[in-house]
Amino acid sequence: MYPIVDKKSLNPTVTYMEIQAPFIARKAEPGQFIILRVDAEGERIPLTIAGYDREKGTVQIIFQIVGATTEKLNHLEVGDSIQDFVGPLGLPTETEGLKKVCVVGGGVGCAIALPVARKLHDLGVEVTSIIGFRNKDLLILEDEFRACSKELIVMTDDGSYARQGNVTVPLKEKLEAGERFDEIITIGPLIMMKFVVAAAKPYDVPCTVSMNPIMIDGTGMCGGCRLTLHQDGKAVTKFACVDGPDFNGYEVDFDEAMSRGAMYRDFERHAYEEACNLFKQEVKA
Amino acid sequence: MLKPNMSLKKNPMPSQDPKVRAHNFEEVACGYTEEMAIDEALRCLHCKHMPCVEGCPVNIHIPEFIQKIKEQDYEAAYQIIAETSSLPAVCGRVCPQETQCESRCVRGIKGEPVGIGRLERFVADWHNAHSEAAPAVPEPNGHKVAIIGSGPSGLTCAGDLAKKGYKVTVFEALHLAGGVLVYGIPEFRLPKAIVQKEVDNLKAMGVDVETNMVIGKTLTIDEIFEMGYEAVFIGSGAGLPNFMNIPGESLKGVYSANEYLTRSNLMKAFRENPVTPIMKGGKVAVVGGGNVAMDAARTALRLGADQVYIVYRRSMEELPARREEVEHAMEEGIEFNLLTNPTEILGYTNPENPRDPKNGSVIGMKCIRMELGEPDERGRRRPVPIPDSEFTLAVDTVVMAIGTSPNPLIKSTTKGLEVNRRGGIVVEENTGATSREGVYAGGDAVTGAATVISAMGAGKVAAAAIDEYLAGK
Repeated sequence: MYPIVDKKSLNPTVTYMEIQAPFIARKAEPGQFIILRVDAEGERIPLTIAGYDREKGTVQIIFQIVGATTEKLNHLEVGDSIQDFVGPLGLPTETEGLKKVCVVGGGVGCAIALPVARKLHDLGVEVTSIIGFRNKDLLILEDEFRACSKELIVMTDDGSYARQGNVTVPLKEKLEAGERFDEIITIGPLIMMKFVVAAAKPYDVPCTVSMNPIMIDGTGMCGGCRLTLHQDGKAVTKFACVDGPDFNGYEVDFDEAMSRGAMYRDFERHAYEEACNLFKQEVKA
Repeated sequence: MLKPNMSLKKNPMPSQDPKVRAHNFEEVACGYTEEMAIDEALRCLHCKHMPCVEGCPVNIHIPEFIQKIKEQDYEAAYQIIAETSSLPAVCGRVCPQETQCESRCVRGIKGEPVGIGRLERFVADWHNAHSEAAPAVPEPNGHKVAIIGSGPSGLTCAGDLAKKGYKVTVFEALHLAGGVLVYGIPEFRLPKAIVQKEVDNLKAMGVDVETNMVIGKTLTIDEIFEMGYEAVFIGSGAGLPNFMNIPGESLKGVYSANEYLTRSNLMKAFRENPVTPIMKGGKVAVVGGGNVAMDAARTALRLGADQVYIVYRRSMEELPARREEVEHAMEEGIEFNLLTNPTEILGYTNPENPRDPKNGSVIGMKCIRMELGEPDERGRRRPVPIPDSEFTLAVDTVVMAIGTSPNPLIKSTTKGLEVNRRGGIVVEENTGATSREGVYAGGDAVTGAATVISAMGAGKVAAAAIDEYLAGK
């Protein structure tokens, strides 16, 4: 069992938790993920590591409440324990040789983008961060990004905070104005990453994306997390759990990834409703 | 002295009616009664040269345990099996006896061989039901050994070393111990309670089982040595599933057998209200002809499929699955499309609506008929496509059961561990020793996809070699 040592709500749908997991804390690097099961009957879900404290032996996760499992997880409090917590899985984000990087995060993906931005900043890399949210209420980690970025641009879809528009707007402006990055690292919804890649393409800037497909074991056994890369005109199957989760954005077949990601949508929606009803009943009782 | 039973046929295995069992996950074969077991034991002629023992990868003293059944001393029979096999209840159920012990049985020359597997299962089940004695905890010898993976090879290696007094820790990547015995082989063929009992037995002998430990990630082999372990056995099993590299393999409704079976077996997707989803019903094609393919096909049926096809590119003769599983699958109504190979998986597209949630779902599989040509380097006749014989099988789900490639996690984080061209760990056959001192390996991590019993054999060989290695230190 893995005790929860800290928990706070970052916004109405996004929660931060710090979990006691010394083996993972010793090894974790930005870009890697863990797999957890909330309870003995739970499903296995992957969550990217949002941070770690090697001395305290803790790992931080930030998750959006989107389904039955995250709903159940959000009902645990400090002092409670998570049944299973395994990692660090996947390969760390490559940072070698970079001098100037643009980190583009969207929604809860910013939670994963932050440790990457921090690591780059600590290595002396010049970091420009562009983070986007649907609206002001969903904004997270603004101060944390500011602390590790030379420049921070915040965007909201509806203009309720900072600048209106999506993250590709300022990215395109910068690229058009002649600003050059060694790399763009983008983490967020698939559709956002797809458009970030499209925006970067005319300028030939290397673009890394962080994929978060459906997974079961996360150790290279089930193959559920496979995605297709288009390399030199050939379709190549890769596994996000052991080959990723970071991939060259120009090679990823986003349309296929989006289709696969929606494979169990009806089931997930139903399970989420059931979980919500269950918690409501418990509250009433 | 009871008279030998000269019947040419084995006592048939009582089993659930095929029509009933095709819709439940209860065990198919119900096991011999005491009378049947004695009657079957009486078919053994106790040949002096004991060819059956040679046919067993762990050399169980077969005629001796059968003798004890004749004497109705089932606990003694169990103890004889347990001397060489650490998982009798498992092997009695999943070993391919027809190519091992039973293939050497003299009774098989004229008629059917003695039902050795069925007798082994009877004895193991009798022991599990009647014996309450906790396993003896051996005197510690002060040496620590780490086992990576809790599948058949790891459990066997751990059991053998624990019996000799080693302090053994088993590291398991998943949340539950048992490896392929829990995530791969379905409940209807191997009830999970039996696996749990074997794991509990090891724990009672003092073996520590640490779940959620991915070696190569959470800990490396070098760190395991730093923690004071003096030898390591790698039994990490099969790895990434193979695909055919044909168009359409990433459509919604295409699974690897590993994923399909893991969802059903480990994550219990077969239950009424599962927390982990799986596609149920409709028409299902399983590509492949091994035990895993049979398991996937029969799972699909039990999950409510209307029609299940096995699609295999060679003929029935080459089909590698255990004979009994093939017979069971046929009885249950699985349709075998032999000498058939998929060329493309077809998906649905709504031309009117690009946002139709059905877009990208499997609707069919294009196949081509095959014929057997010249033998390949392993002597198996190579399947060759017959020109212009394409046809489309209408299906909703496709399960690829065409093998696996070794897992890259350990090799990529262990310096000096030699692997072969296919990624399997290179070992000395008689010891399981790898290119790293003190590191041994066995099972699918070495051979690629093989059987439970051969993995157990490898675990056994390595345990003996580790014992010898550490005794000399």
